[in-house]
Amino acid sequence: MSDLTTTQPQSNIHKLSASILKASGLLWVFLGLCVVAALLSPAFLNPANLMNVFRQVALYGIVSVGMTFVILTKGIDLSVGSILGVCAVAAALLLTGGWSPWLAVVVVLLIGSGLGAVNGIGVAVGRVPPFIMTLGMMVMARGLALTLANGQPIGLKDAAASFAWLGRGALLGVPVPVWIFAVVAAIAIFVLRYTPFGRQIYAVGSNEEAAHLSGISVNRVNFYVYVISGFLAALTALIFVSRLTVGEPTAGTGIELEAIAITVIGGTSLFGGEGGIFGTIIGAAILAVLANIMNLVGISPFTQQIVKGAIIVGAVLYEMQRKRK
Amino acid sequence: MLLEAISKGSQTFDPTMILQMAGIAKSFPGVRALDGVSFSVRRGEVHALVGENGAGKSTLMKILSGAYQSDRGVITFDGKVVALPTPSQMIGLGIAVIYQEFAQAPHLTVAENIFLHRLPRTRFGLVDWKKASLDARGYMERLGFSVDPLARIDRLSVAQRQMVEIARALSRNAQLIVLDEPSAVLGDNELQKLFATIRSLQNEGVSFIYISHRLKEVFDISQTVTVLRDGKVVNSTATRQMTTDELIRSMVGRSIGDYFPARNPKFGAVVLKVTGINRGKILKDISLTLRGGEIVGICGLAGAGRSELLRAIIGADPIDNGRIELHGKELTIDTPRKAISLGIGFAPEDRKTDGLFLLQSVSFNITISRLRDFLSAFRLDLGKERKAAQDFAARLRVKTPDVDARIGNLSGGNQQKCVIAKQLNAKCDVLLVDEPTRGVDVGAKREIYELLVDLTERNGLAIVMVSSDLPEVIGMCDRILVMCEGRIAAELAKADATEEAIMKHATIH
Repeated sequence: MSDLTTTQPQSNIHKLSASILKASGLLWVFLGLCVVAALLSPAFLNPANLMNVFRQVALYGIVSVGMTFVILTKGIDLSVGSILGVCAVAAALLLTGGWSPWLAVVVVLLIGSGLGAVNGIGVAVGRVPPFIMTLGMMVMARGLALTLANGQPIGLKDAAASFAWLGRGALLGVPVPVWIFAVVAAIAIFVLRYTPFGRQIYAVGSNEEAAHLSGISVNRVNFYVYVISGFLAALTALIFVSRLTVGEPTAGTGIELEAIAITVIGGTSLFGGEGGIFGTIIGAAILAVLANIMNLVGISPFTQQIVKGAIIVGAVLYEMQRKRK
Repeated sequence: MLLEAISKGSQTFDPTMILQMAGIAKSFPGVRALDGVSFSVRRGEVHALVGENGAGKSTLMKILSGAYQSDRGVITFDGKVVALPTPSQMIGLGIAVIYQEFAQAPHLTVAENIFLHRLPRTRFGLVDWKKASLDARGYMERLGFSVDPLARIDRLSVAQRQMVEIARALSRNAQLIVLDEPSAVLGDNELQKLFATIRSLQNEGVSFIYISHRLKEVFDISQTVTVLRDGKVVNSTATRQMTTDELIRSMVGRSIGDYFPARNPKFGAVVLKVTGINRGKILKDISLTLRGGEIVGICGLAGAGRSELLRAIIGADPIDNGRIELHGKELTIDTPRKAISLGIGFAPEDRKTDGLFLLQSVSFNITISRLRDFLSAFRLDLGKERKAAQDFAARLRVKTPDVDARIGNLSGGNQQKCVIAKQLNAKCDVLLVDEPTRGVDVGAKREIYELLVDLTERNGLAIVMVSSDLPEVIGMCDRILVMCEGRIAAELAKADATEEAIMKHATIH
């Protein structure tokens, strides 16, 4: 009782740092991994290599932020890879069709959000389990991408130059995708921590019935997290297309699994209501560094998959053990 | 050590006792849960075990069931010292513990649940379904229930499921059955049926340990009562030599004075007026008015439509027709969101599944109902939010290290206070509470009563309280509505409200 009255005035900085500390176990894992990487291969600390790692963290990280929102509500989004594919094709078609890059960007982002909105309506209004709804969307959107592209990659050709900045440009020596990820992550952290919508995401993920009875519009929350996830998939698609100068209908295949793995390694609970963006950032960094070391020391991509899979199971196993305690 | 235990056990062995637990001690890191507890159950008696939450009841029962090992002490069952109790050994000896949450497989049948793990076999080693179902029916009929042994468990009522648990205990030749808060899930007539079953089994020589927070039940069913407080036995006597006051005093270690706080109500204008609500066969032509500062009780058997009425008012369940007026204005309330924004708060019956975000902090749980008061521009002012949560916690006397603690770690009474705080944070002037003191210990019950009375008298809140605890309704409410099969069967003024009158209206259709 008395503790309540003796607590010092509370600063937000304090709470923020507390949540960073919570993710700090992971931070040590990440730093340890970097040390190991540097010891195993001197090329790891090469600036060009580090830039590559950062770029990869950024690309997977952006999609994973959307995935984190969805998983916090106890949902899952299997369709982000396919939505990315549709958006990549759409971007290439619009740009080669002579659209201004700015307009193309806006339309592509709307397409991604729209496909996400379909997921959201299915889950929130139709009460379709998220796994099934987004599995269906995963198959449908991939089909849509292949149909739009006629099964062929679409090169940007002349349009490539005007669209290069997004994927290949740099600002103050830092690649543009990394800036974009930083902005996305900062907004996401702000939304989850400092807005009623963020609170409602945690509430819905913790206990949907209690959230409903507490006056939260559960449908609205469930709808918007899929829109956000679709939007961020579209944003990633734009970076892909700009970087590769080609819109491939198969772009993003399997990225949903990477994003789920990153989110889970980052400590967000698949049962909803627990976790956050800090963990997801570190999760993305851990997976990127790991892939990078294995490439540098020449482990075959086949073996890499085995390692990656084992790490995902290991991360969840660790989490469950910690909770049981 | 073992020899000493055996000799000690034989020295004090009393053949009229089915169970003797002597000098039981158990410590957890930082807590001494049981401190030299001696507890005996006579053959064929119902022995009530009472005490506040945290008094050590569940630890003692876990030691009895073999789930925990005691640090010290001797258990003698049916004349033999139990050297190293394990769960399977205790079941084998004839001790069955029936917890509040049943250990049942919901998708399996009654027969399968009764004989789980040991279904009867035919000569060929296959399951003998005919025998299983015949035996299951036999056990259920012995308990006075006729249930299809092939019915799936999740299609049965809670009362029937409880009987399946007892049948399973009997099928294992249980001589001592522990019932942990059996009434928490039962309506009043179902409870009477359970009592009848207990009494008939008692005549067959089965003994019971009966754990309950509802003292009336203790007096109705038990022959002996033992009170635990802070891990020690503070009282153990024949129930008929005990009074309610004395029992409460031993449980809380102090005199509570009048159990229910004195009421000095000042009624204001009509706040909520409900006219002619219908919902299928569940609610039939319900009307009620509620004035500011008033506490109206709703009684009835389980299934009479009490909780459903509250859910209909807040828009959690759809209604077929009927009018709801708030402060004289007719409104359509089709979602709980709308009810809350209009100032109608609801504390649901099942805190854990419907009321709380167990993973989140105390503060999160309190402020979630209305966050916009803490917004400055587009940003939540976390300091302001925390301050508000602290103020509620202090005012409602929530016992928690601080408001950042996980609400799942708080006791039931403190969780309930937080659920009420959540409604107050939403600035409600009508509060609907469903079984506000279920599973709450005596001391915290009293605090919740005081809180509800204080809210009506100081803040002019209007409260509707659904409860199965009749003394509570009679002690707290200014008016009592009795529901029966979806209708309001009677309205009783405080002066006319007796348990007999309420039960008469609740059971006569």
